[in-house]
Amino acid sequence: MKAKQTKIAIGQINPILGDLSRNLSLHEEMVERARQQGVNIIVFPELSLTGYFVKDLVPSLALSVQSPHLDRLKTLSSDISIVVGLVEESSDYRFFNSAILLEAGEVRHVHRKIYLPTYGMFDERRYFASGCRLQGAESRWGPLGLLICEDLWHPSAPYLISLEGMDILITLSSSPGRGLGGGEKLESVKIWESLNYTYAYLFSCFVVFANRVGYEDGVHFWGGSEILSPAGTLLAKGKYHEEDFVIADLDQAELRRERAASPLLRDECPDLVLRELKRIQGEKMKE
Amino acid sequence: MGKVTEPVRPNLTVNGELLRKLLVGFIENEVHKMGFHRAVIGVSGGVDSALSAFLAAQALGAENVWALIMPYKTSSPESVAHAELVVETLKIHSAIIDITPQIDAYFERFPEADTLRRGNKMARERMTILYDHSAALSALVLGTSNKTELMLGYGTLYGDMASAINPLGDLFKIQVWQLAAHMGVPEEIMKKKPTADLWEGQTDEEELGFTYEEVDQVLLLMIDKRYEIQDLMEAGFEEKFVRRVFGMVQSSQFKRRLPLIAKVSGRTIDRDFRYPRDWGR
Repeated sequence: MKAKQTKIAIGQINPILGDLSRNLSLHEEMVERARQQGVNIIVFPELSLTGYFVKDLVPSLALSVQSPHLDRLKTLSSDISIVVGLVEESSDYRFFNSAILLEAGEVRHVHRKIYLPTYGMFDERRYFASGCRLQGAESRWGPLGLLICEDLWHPSAPYLISLEGMDILITLSSSPGRGLGGGEKLESVKIWESLNYTYAYLFSCFVVFANRVGYEDGVHFWGGSEILSPAGTLLAKGKYHEEDFVIADLDQAELRRERAASPLLRDECPDLVLRELKRIQGEKMKE
Repeated sequence: MGKVTEPVRPNLTVNGELLRKLLVGFIENEVHKMGFHRAVIGVSGGVDSALSAFLAAQALGAENVWALIMPYKTSSPESVAHAELVVETLKIHSAIIDITPQIDAYFERFPEADTLRRGNKMARERMTILYDHSAALSALVLGTSNKTELMLGYGTLYGDMASAINPLGDLFKIQVWQLAAHMGVPEEIMKKKPTADLWEGQTDEEELGFTYEEVDQVLLLMIDKRYEIQDLMEAGFEEKFVRRVFGMVQSSQFKRRLPLIAKVSGRTIDRDFRYPRDWGR
């Protein structure tokens, strides 16, 4: 039986670049604070345990999901579900940009970032292996979609999870602010806010967008984390450029009402998608 | 495709308040995380160094900013007056250090040196003074080079181009003026013709042969929007001008990189040894 209400929080933090132990302490403090406020799920940004521009630091910052460094967070997750971003090391020593869901003392779900931006200011494919699975996460709070930053720029990613079942779309992000042509807001801010709104509406789900703040090597991250309802309404908004703690209550009844009023999921045709995708790919191979 | 008679006018407008917040935050964050609290800036009387000083004063507090005014005997008196105006307006620390003795002493030995050599020597002398004061004051040297001059290579390597952090390096000159206006840089400084003031009567635009207004439009399209030369011509810009700008960008690329190191080992600095400058901070 799904919980009627889920209290979700975003830790809009400024991780210290390359300092695992200080970042772990920062997370543990914030989780404890969230737990005391009755938060059910706390979400941290992309690579929250390491910082973003880690470059050649990747192997020295990598943690396997069994790492004792995660023990304290696992213990804390008995009372509060935790989503963190980290550099994950697989048993065969590949390194991933990953998000993990810790719940009831264990790692409940791992998402390895699939779409690694390697253009313009980004160079992720140089340092990370690409994830090759896309699956929803079963949480005690309901079905969750867990994605990381660039993943969300490929609509197929949240689309697939929405077919499987997604009450809450959670995006971990380290979005740098850039683009001066947008007036009061930077262009990257405007694009993300549009994306979040559009996905909430099109996939009839709650959207939780966790972005970080701070500067690394002259690049700044714009914060502005947000939580949206399935109707696209803003339930909570984090400050721009400053650390913040963003909370909202997600109401199952609201999800139900929105899906009744706007049955987009009901009307979706995955068989058609599959069929046409096969055809298009088949034709492409002949080129 | 028909020829466009009126050039495409790209949007060089910036939101002053947004930019102010971002650049003040940048200085505050990147200075403090390196363990410093102060900045030292070469204030020339021009709009770029004035803007750097205004940003630094907001980020760190006026009591933590030092302006070094370093004239040569041929510097226009107006430049020094404008530099002092910046200092008075912001109530920051300052010192006037005349570089004439040391420059003249050096060129007594090399009297045949041309204006370019002399200009570069002055720029580098100012750099050494700034870095010496950086040590003396435990302050970081704040840069003043804007994106236009960095792209065109219009600056002295290891001279005015040298700094610890540079808040203006991603702003075109036209954008520098807008931000300066927003932040209250005095009118007189805003209005005058930009000059490196390395010899009498020198102005940037005369030396370059085009205005900042013209070149910033081409640069925004060429660099930010990745227009090819053909695209720029079709957008209505004159071919000769476009090729000249492209040539300047291309031939000055060496100024925007670390010195070229011959790669012979398995792991070389800045090539396959890649770490963030803010490592651990």
